[in-house]
Amino acid sequence: MSESDGGRESEGAKEGEARAESAPPASPTQPAADLVANEAAADEPKVPSTVVAAMPSLAATATDADVERQLTRLSRRGFLTLAAGGASAVLGWRWLISRPGDSGQPWPLRRALQTNEALWEALWDPTRLAPTYPRSAAAKNPRVNGRLGLDAKADPAAWKLAVEGAAAGPLTLALADVQALPAHDLVTELRCVEGWTIVVHWTGVRLADFIAAYPPAGRDGAAADLRRSDSMPPFLALETPGRGYYVGLDMQSALHPQTLLAYAINGKPLSWDHGAPLRLVAPMKYGVKSLKRIGTLRYSFVRPTDFWYEHGYDWYLGH
Amino acid sequence: MESIPGSDDSEGGSMKRLVPKHPLAVRWFHWVNFPLLALMVWSGFLIYWANPVYRIGWGEHTLLAMKLSPKLYQLLHVNSRLAQGMAWHFFLMWLFAINGVLYVAYTAVSGEWRHLLPDRRSLREAWQVMLHDLHLSKVAPPQGKFNGAQKIAYTMVVVMGLGSLLTGLAIYKPVQVNWLTALFGGYATARFLHFWLTVGYVLFFLVHVGQVVKAGWNNFRAMVIGVEVVDEPATEEPS
Repeated sequence: MSESDGGRESEGAKEGEARAESAPPASPTQPAADLVANEAAADEPKVPSTVVAAMPSLAATATDADVERQLTRLSRRGFLTLAAGGASAVLGWRWLISRPGDSGQPWPLRRALQTNEALWEALWDPTRLAPTYPRSAAAKNPRVNGRLGLDAKADPAAWKLAVEGAAAGPLTLALADVQALPAHDLVTELRCVEGWTIVVHWTGVRLADFIAAYPPAGRDGAAADLRRSDSMPPFLALETPGRGYYVGLDMQSALHPQTLLAYAINGKPLSWDHGAPLRLVAPMKYGVKSLKRIGTLRYSFVRPTDFWYEHGYDWYLGH
Repeated sequence: MESIPGSDDSEGGSMKRLVPKHPLAVRWFHWVNFPLLALMVWSGFLIYWANPVYRIGWGEHTLLAMKLSPKLYQLLHVNSRLAQGMAWHFFLMWLFAINGVLYVAYTAVSGEWRHLLPDRRSLREAWQVMLHDLHLSKVAPPQGKFNGAQKIAYTMVVVMGLGSLLTGLAIYKPVQVNWLTALFGGYATARFLHFWLTVGYVLFFLVHVGQVVKAGWNNFRAMVIGVEVVDEPATEEPS
């Protein structure tokens, strides 16, 4: 860069000298003065009048030579700034990708995801609902995606739900216990983190109703009050039996009226690959949070880990 | 498109003059935007590849599927990098948005918008520019600071930027801003628009670079140093 600038400078000088013989005298300063004012570069000197006086052969073409010099200076500054900016960007990028990982991402990117999470948690409006559709809009054969933690040979009749962290102590529930709560139908969009969507008709109970029926223990050990977020454990952990798949959920999302513990799809009990006999449906999250075949539900005061979080994804994944 | 009439080097009887063209702030916004947009497109591509469903075609006919061959994906190492794409996308989106908002605010406050916003003559001028650039017409279109085609292109790309931010928000928070997602026709449509806007940037970039190359060094240098060299007949030099 500086080399080519040097080249230009000497070229300009030669050009100026060549013109000295033929070109008529011209007022040298006006355009340069405009330029200097515009660039706020008051320190850029014009050709000193003493130099012009000492070199009468240059005086005739001071303007063109002056312009060339000015151009060279501005070019040098401009292109060096651009090169420095480009170099900083490359160095910044290389620095960033070489940072130690935090759950599969360089820590600065992980911090950015956490900052986004804090912002959206703060802006969260629980009255905002995922769009719902008529039942006729639901897919007849809903796409199956993700079989982690599932078992085609598992016996649904032998299934039990373990609840940990409840005020009543560790609980073991049967599907009938869950189905004793009010049933809700929900026809809504499942949005996969990959980018595709599908409209599904679910039937289940509100997780909020379940939490009210089997409330968590607060920090003092007594039953927490659902209406007082400071007394509630802020997280919920869900796992498949054997922990082949596991997710963490923030309590706000767990208490959302559209968050269901679903046991039916299109009016029929869940098949094993849709998460029989009981799965989570959390329409304010990407599909990965809607864990199938819930084995354990745990109230937690510490943020539970999450299968895809450990693979570099955002923990929150909230919509 | 971006050439300056009469900027050829003529001998004798003319005088060089440096004319301020792009304000410092605009140059910063422009060059900061370049890597940001490139990385947004790149990270968006990593996200899109998890579900590359778009195409140009109708019915059963596909002219162009918006994906590369699996072999090429292997070669580019872009397989299974959805998490990385999302992490970058949701980090850089802030910088991209801030830079864009500052640019628009600057053009509004400084009055620079007067050179950029198309007016009722711009469409006809843009047509002339196109005919001229395709060598179908010898009539040089009127060239102010920017010609009609430039005004339309530079304004359109800012509107596209706003479109990307809004469709992006619509698919980023489709429950919290469900009204916005609905405005774009739902999640799937918003994602579709978000994707094609990106294709639009790539096309803009190709045309832009082509035009910059065609317009020459003086024009390009002005975007770096702010001033352009203009040759003027010495006799018309103002005092």
